[in-house]
Amino acid sequence: MNRHLISAADLSLDDAVAILDTAEELARLAQRPIPKLPTLRGRTVVNLFYEDSTRTRISFEAAAKRLSADVINFSAKGSSVAKGESLKDTALTLQAMGADAVVIRHSASGAPHRLARWVRGSVVNAGDGTHEHPTQALLDAFTMRRRLGRLEGLRVSIVGDILHSRVARSNVWLLRTLGAQVTLVAPPTLLPVAVGGWPCSVSYDLSSVLPASDVVMMLRVQHERMSDAYFPSVREYRRRYGLDGDRMALLPDHAIVMHPGPMNRGIEIAAEVADSPRSTIVEQVTNGVSVRMAVLYLLLSGSREPDQPAVAGDRALVTAGGPTGTAGRSQVRVEVP
Amino acid sequence: MTGITSSAGPAATARPAGAPGAAPPGTRAGAARAGKSVLGPDEIRRALTRIGHEILERTDGAGDVVLLGIPTRGVPLARRLADRLAETEGVQVPAGSLDITLYRDDLRLRPARTLGHTEVPDSGIDGMIVVLVDDVLFSGRTVRAALDALGDIGRPRAVQLAVLVDRGHRELPIRPDYVGKNLPTAKREVVRVLLTETDGEDSVTLARLQEEGQ
Repeated sequence: MNRHLISAADLSLDDAVAILDTAEELARLAQRPIPKLPTLRGRTVVNLFYEDSTRTRISFEAAAKRLSADVINFSAKGSSVAKGESLKDTALTLQAMGADAVVIRHSASGAPHRLARWVRGSVVNAGDGTHEHPTQALLDAFTMRRRLGRLEGLRVSIVGDILHSRVARSNVWLLRTLGAQVTLVAPPTLLPVAVGGWPCSVSYDLSSVLPASDVVMMLRVQHERMSDAYFPSVREYRRRYGLDGDRMALLPDHAIVMHPGPMNRGIEIAAEVADSPRSTIVEQVTNGVSVRMAVLYLLLSGSREPDQPAVAGDRALVTAGGPTGTAGRSQVRVEVP
Repeated sequence: MTGITSSAGPAATARPAGAPGAAPPGTRAGAARAGKSVLGPDEIRRALTRIGHEILERTDGAGDVVLLGIPTRGVPLARRLADRLAETEGVQVPAGSLDITLYRDDLRLRPARTLGHTEVPDSGIDGMIVVLVDDVLFSGRTVRAALDALGDIGRPRAVQLAVLVDRGHRELPIRPDYVGKNLPTAKREVVRVLLTETDGEDSVTLARLQEEGQ
């Protein structure tokens, strides 16, 4: 597996399945009287959140703490970012504090990619702009596999604001890797121009897609990104693309309804759907912790690679052949400042 | 930080592929063909039968015993022991598995490992006598990790250890209660255990380490 998790498109089938299988075992361990594990003792995970998020940040925090890592939460509000510090300087500060992993959410697409060049530890993308949110896609795939027993050949419809949705992007790539068939359903104004090049099909009519769906994933109408008029009114959007009880009845009996949260009850999803036994919304949150534990475990345990980018001016540590190196005895050089 | 970890290198190489489940199956089979046979199928069967009798003696009929195998090859061994106890004395002893990957002390030194399965019998382990079962006892670090893992699951009345092969070279104050075969080895040698359930045949062989590439 790569040292970072920045895009779901980077995951090979083996990587993705390894994460899901590891999460499965970790989910079983979570049932024990003492769910805490000593695995990442002494490791530091920094949650670097430039955008508001409750569930993702708490989920990562819970995952790191269950694995006994130390967690430092850093939110842009009330930090030196508010005083104008750049991402790079913040990264160097975190580097100097010895972060083994940085979990970053940023409003700019590509921020985690930049960050990965500046820090020594692993970078985990927790949502960047309208680009990707890979751990959400992983937990969605995990939830589908748990409920329906497989992913290969599964028909998944993703409905709503595809244009602004990093969840949809990550899901399209990951589900393609895992062998599912994705259909995106949205008004034409909420589909990206480049959607023709994505490995999925597109429909503008929700009702016609539902009878042939094993999974329907409703996306949030993102009011905060709706500065332009993408659809005439919320009422019309709900009538054409909202999932209510009548529409849910069109689904096959085994089909499940997903939502990455937070929901707008009564807009994209009706309360009776959100609270129905088909809805996996609460499960998704629980599964999120197991999946993020799996990601942190797979990224953080194991040997540090010797070819990590050293940051200029960082005179602290070490080059090491490491015990897995083939060059015989491991070399350790420590420079004392 | 990394420097301290790296300087611990020799400790890591001291428990090489001989540890259970550490080597990929390909190298395992390759080295086994070249190695010297130590135990065949009949000897393994007899050793397990003897261990079964010893467990019955030392635990007063094995009424409160739970057998927990350490993946990979400890798990089928635990099941075989449970069958043996059922045959000889008619006691139904629960057998499960205890994965220790997340409790290892060398996680930082090696690439991330796939997790094994932990399956604790429904009756739990509180107040029971847990017999840990593994194929090879070497440094004792696996058993230490297993004791930590056990502590997070419950509080057994006693913990005992059964191994098919004790090859010596302990690095921790740990001793087995039941041993199939005491096998004096050099540190550079590798003990290979193959079992029908996982590898298609029953055998224990001793090979030189150099074929393992380190």
